[in-house]
Amino acid sequence: MANFYTDTPQFPHYLHHPLMKRIVELKERNYADKEKYDYAPMDFEDAMDSYDKVLAVVGEICADIIEPNAEEVDQNGPTVENGRVTYAAPTQQNLDALNKAELMGMGLNRKYGGLNFPMVPYMMSADIVSRADASFQNIWMLQDCGETIYEFADEEQKQRYLPRIVQGETMSMDLTEPDAGSDLQAVMLKASYNEEEKQWYLNGVKRFITNGDADIHLVLARSEEGTKDARGLSMFVYDKKNGGVNVRRIENKMGIKGAPTCELVFKNAKAELVGTRRMGLIRYVMSLMNGARLGIIAQSVGICEAAVREAYGYARERCQFGRPIIDFPPVYEMLANMRAKTDAARTMLYETCRLVDMYKILEDIGRERKLSSEERNEMKYYSRLADAFTPLGKAMSSEYANQNTYDAIQVHGGSGYMKDYKCERLYRDARITNIYEGTTQLQVVAAIRHVTTGTYLQRIKEYEAMPVTPELEPLKRILSEMTQMYEKLVELVTAPKDEDYLDFHARRLVECAGHVVMGHLLLQDANRNATLFRRSAEVYIHYGQVEVVKNYHFVTKSRIEDMAYYKPGITEE
Amino acid sequence: MSFNIIVLAKQVPDTRNVGKDAMKADGTVNRAALPAIFNPEDLNALEQALLIKDQHPGSRITLLTMGPGRAAEILREGLFRGADDGVLLTDRAFAGADTLATSYALSMAVRRIRAYDIILSGRQAIDGDTAQVGPQIAEKLGIPQITYAEAIERAEAGRIRVKRRLENGVETVESPLPVLITVNGSAAPCRPRNAKLLQKYKHAKTVTERQVEHIDYIDIYSSRPYLNLTEWSVADVDADPQQCGLSGSPTKVKKIENVSFQAKESKLLTGSDAEIDELMRELIANHTIG
Repeated sequence: MANFYTDTPQFPHYLHHPLMKRIVELKERNYADKEKYDYAPMDFEDAMDSYDKVLAVVGEICADIIEPNAEEVDQNGPTVENGRVTYAAPTQQNLDALNKAELMGMGLNRKYGGLNFPMVPYMMSADIVSRADASFQNIWMLQDCGETIYEFADEEQKQRYLPRIVQGETMSMDLTEPDAGSDLQAVMLKASYNEEEKQWYLNGVKRFITNGDADIHLVLARSEEGTKDARGLSMFVYDKKNGGVNVRRIENKMGIKGAPTCELVFKNAKAELVGTRRMGLIRYVMSLMNGARLGIIAQSVGICEAAVREAYGYARERCQFGRPIIDFPPVYEMLANMRAKTDAARTMLYETCRLVDMYKILEDIGRERKLSSEERNEMKYYSRLADAFTPLGKAMSSEYANQNTYDAIQVHGGSGYMKDYKCERLYRDARITNIYEGTTQLQVVAAIRHVTTGTYLQRIKEYEAMPVTPELEPLKRILSEMTQMYEKLVELVTAPKDEDYLDFHARRLVECAGHVVMGHLLLQDANRNATLFRRSAEVYIHYGQVEVVKNYHFVTKSRIEDMAYYKPGITEE
Repeated sequence: MSFNIIVLAKQVPDTRNVGKDAMKADGTVNRAALPAIFNPEDLNALEQALLIKDQHPGSRITLLTMGPGRAAEILREGLFRGADDGVLLTDRAFAGADTLATSYALSMAVRRIRAYDIILSGRQAIDGDTAQVGPQIAEKLGIPQITYAEAIERAEAGRIRVKRRLENGVETVESPLPVLITVNGSAAPCRPRNAKLLQKYKHAKTVTERQVEHIDYIDIYSSRPYLNLTEWSVADVDADPQQCGLSGSPTKVKKIENVSFQAKESKLLTGSDAEIDELMRELIANHTIG
């Protein structure tokens, strides 16, 4: 029996990372739930065993149901009629299987019926689902909106909504509008309060809403009349049972076709305020978005994994010149790079998950009791790192998903260009990952301040202090050379104190930080398990080194004045 | 209306993925080389039981299996999917049983369970392919049997309606309860393991397992009685040892032959309409199809 969890030894490796002991202890509040819930763990080992077993169920459903359904989902997709969306039949089948297995609400507290899994195993499920069908990941991952309700809604709202998510009701986050995409401050959907009824009403249009006909929606709307910026926006929850929102159309997309992308019309739709007025974008969406970005890293990693496996499988079987093409250096180099980038993206995913876990769990404990000053410092430390790693991971992994699916087609040659092969779908599915939840360019905007303020460098220094076996020392030396170049680059680009100049080189700086960080993470992986990670560590660090040198060369040879050649206006545009 | 349901399940070697070391030199199955799994059609049977329970809350599903100690794994697999409890029938005296001795032992265990409305089992096990055990148990218990079931269309007080999948079509039959039903592989596949039940029951163990293995959470077996899996011996079910195991089995294996399939001839077609027509005529003429 195929199983997408047990066939990937990287998963148990990350599940058993040394920091997990502390994460699980905090998440489980020293295993207090065992007295109250028959499915709560007894201790750390028991919790780990549960993650392992539950993920094996996810892996089985993905291999037996979701992946075999993916082709038909891609071909038929969802439909819309009379304002309501119907999923493609196999998408519904996927959802039913996961619901029957009670896997929804994986991260939610047991009090609301959830499984109370930390981010690490929770995102592992997303990684596995994405390998099976990237479009299904969009529907699966939107359960994460529950996390936002958990964090910001009042207890009465939590009691009403969270158990419904656990029971399989789907969610959507309604942010984008025709004139508010990357710039969400421009959101216009109107929220008006009827004093007599003590009721909020929503009116307006949302566009590009993934799973837009969901049962429960989180909606960003302008509650303060006359305002034009972020401070006039609040967060609402809309319950489909109340009516008032119709799907006008679903987009005909290039990829992730199974996930309905909807245009929504709100007509006097009753809604409830979540949290405090005016905090919608500033606080809640930022939190929602960070969770969603982590989900896209997982989606990118899953797509990478699928692409690598397709490419290896084909290269082993396809014979030319009397030999399987995998024997030819140009082919196996491509494959090795694909595997290395996949492993790099994955190690980044779980590092980010650990950082988010540490910070979010401590924050949650802070809602129950006063944190000690030590704990508060720890929370701040991890919060900053999570904030730095999320955009970096999203930028790097989504670009790798694109590169790997591109190379998967290249390995397939002409056949890969045909719809008969899975790599063609993967290529289309991957294309959105570096666009939505903030383009790579916007991830760079979020990440660059951690370049200039030294968050990445500080973490890199911590990695440098970690010992490795003598065989890995040469790789560590390369990383240290790369770090020196990175430091020099940061110095060069920030020295003129010119905003435009910094923005111009920002992506190069962020990518250099990414190569060094991910190189170190793979090095640590190889240190713990050489058999599994040595090759990827070697290949990735050498690949990263070339990228850093390339960027170093470009920056050191460029002058501020050269930017003029890139600006529109000088040339024919 | 709720029902007491017994599901008969067997742990079998996974003969679907047979490698070269699947058979020992003496021609018997090398059980060590093949993973032990829940017999596939027994999973179909379990799903039918779970569907009845979905529609009739309060129904109770007991999984019954006969085998060595490690067959307790089957009981846990059933609990993870929604069965309520499990019984392992295990005793050295049961070893070497053919279908007659097996159906005798299982029917004695069913008698000991006493209260039952519906007994479900897979049509046959993939290691023996006899399809005899289910029907023999029905005979021994003196209850009606419905074989080759594909779906249970309706279960109500004292009656059940079942769709059967036969070679030439489908047939819908009714029977009074209690009844024994053997379920076909074409029936609905079994649902996946449930994440919460999996965590709830993963420590469930038989008495023997609790004695033999290193036990991490010894206290929970008294505070959580559902974690104690029932284990019955020959004496527990009041069975006659002479009718159990090898001594109760008239079937004797005389000789086992390895059969290897060989492709004798092959033909390459280009896929033109004329060639397909020609091939169809040929296949109909030699009775391969039609």
